[in-house]
Amino acid sequence: MNAFVALLLRDIRLSVRVGGGALMGALFFLIVVTMMPFALGPDLNLLARIGPAILWLGALLATLLALDRLFAADHDDGSLDLLMMGGTPLELAVAAKAIAHWLTTALPLVVVSPVLGLMLNVELRAIGMVALTLLAGTPALTFIGLIGAALSVALRRGGLLLAVLVLPLTVPVLIFGVAAANAAIVGPAPFGPPFTILCALSLASLVLGPFAAAAALRFGLE
Amino acid sequence: MQLRANNLTCSRGGREVFAGLNFSLQDGEALVVTGRNGAGKSSLLRAIAGLVHLAAGKLEFDGGEPGITIAEQTHYVGHQDAVKPSLTVGENLQFWARYLGGADVPIDPALEAVDLAPLINLPAAYLSAGQRRRLSIARVVAVPRPLWLLDEPTSALDVPSQNRLAELMRSHLTGGGMIVAAAHGPIGLERARELQIGPL
Repeated sequence: MNAFVALLLRDIRLSVRVGGGALMGALFFLIVVTMMPFALGPDLNLLARIGPAILWLGALLATLLALDRLFAADHDDGSLDLLMMGGTPLELAVAAKAIAHWLTTALPLVVVSPVLGLMLNVELRAIGMVALTLLAGTPALTFIGLIGAALSVALRRGGLLLAVLVLPLTVPVLIFGVAAANAAIVGPAPFGPPFTILCALSLASLVLGPFAAAAALRFGLE
Repeated sequence: MQLRANNLTCSRGGREVFAGLNFSLQDGEALVVTGRNGAGKSSLLRAIAGLVHLAAGKLEFDGGEPGITIAEQTHYVGHQDAVKPSLTVGENLQFWARYLGGADVPIDPALEAVDLAPLINLPAAYLSAGQRRRLSIARVVAVPRPLWLLDEPTSALDVPSQNRLAELMRSHLTGGGMIVAAAHGPIGLERARELQIGPL
C-alpha cells in the first residue's frame, strides 16, 4: 500500500510540475468549447440544446490528449522496468497511475465545465447535471484509455494509434453521458437509468482497465 | 543463497541472441558478463530481472525469501537511469526507496554513499550523466536486495566515482549479496568470475 501511495503521489507531483501538462487538458477543453459558438453561429437556443453534447465531446478529446504519455514517459526513461520489479502487483501500480492521471487531468475538466456551460447558454440547473455526469463518466474514459496507453507504450508517436484504439471503446460512455445530461435538461425520459448505466460503465472499467493494461504491458515485454 | 541458470536461450526480434547458457552464483560472488556488442549481455541481465521473456531454459533462486519472484529480490541498473527531471534528487530517490522498499527508508546514507548529499534539493534536470548514474546507484544502496544486476555500471562515471562504486559492490558482496554485471572493461572487482558470451 505504501508503494501504491508513493506512485500515486509521484505521478500527481510530476504532472503539476513544469512540463507535466496537468492543466493542458483543461485549456484544450476551454479552447474547443469556445470555438463552438464561432462555428455554429450565435443561435442561443441551438447552443443551449446541444451544449451538453459539446461539453461531453470536448471532455472526451481533452482526456485523450495527455493519455499517450501515461506509460510512454516511464518507458522512455527506464522507470517502467523498475515499476515492474517492485513488490506491488503491476495491476495496482497501473491503477495508481490511472487514478493520479484522472485527478490531474479529468477532475479539472469537471471543475471548469460549469463555466464553459455558461458560455454555451446552458441553464443553471442543467450545468450542475452536466458536471455531475462528467464526474461520473470521466473515470470510465481514463480507465479505458489506460488500456490503449499500455498497448501503444513502445511505439514512437503512439498518440494517433491510441486515439483510434480508444475512441470507439468510449462510444457507450458518450452515449449514456449525453443521454443523462439531456434527460436532466429537456426530459421527458428520466435521468436515473442513463446515469446509473454511466456509473456502471465507470465502475466496470475501474476494475477491468488495470488488469487489461497490466496484461498489455507484460505482453509488450520483449 | 544461490542463483542457477540452466540452458538459457533468448531470442529477440526472431534472432537468437544466446543459447544454452549455464552458470551459477553463490552469495558473496560476482559474475562479470563480457562479450562483443550485441552478444546479449544486456538481454541476459534483463532476462534475469524478468524484463525479457526467455525462449527456453530456467532460472532458479534458492534461499531467497519464499513466495516472491526473482525480480522482487533484484536491483536492476540499466542504461536508462529512471530519473525524473522535474523532481529533485531527494524526491527521485525517496520515491524509488518507498516503491521498491515498501517502507520509508532513510535516503541520506545512500546519497552520502554516492556523494550526492549536497545536491538533495536540486531538480534532477540539472544533473550530468554521471550524476544521474550515481543517483540510480543510490537507489540500489537505499533498498537492500540480495541480487544486483548492473549493466555497464561504470559508464559515464569519473575515476573517484568508479572507485566508490567498487567499494559499494565489495561491501555488498561481503554482506552476502550477489552481483551480475555486464562490462567491457574492469569494474574494480578482483575476485569476480567472468562469463564470456557470444563469439570472441
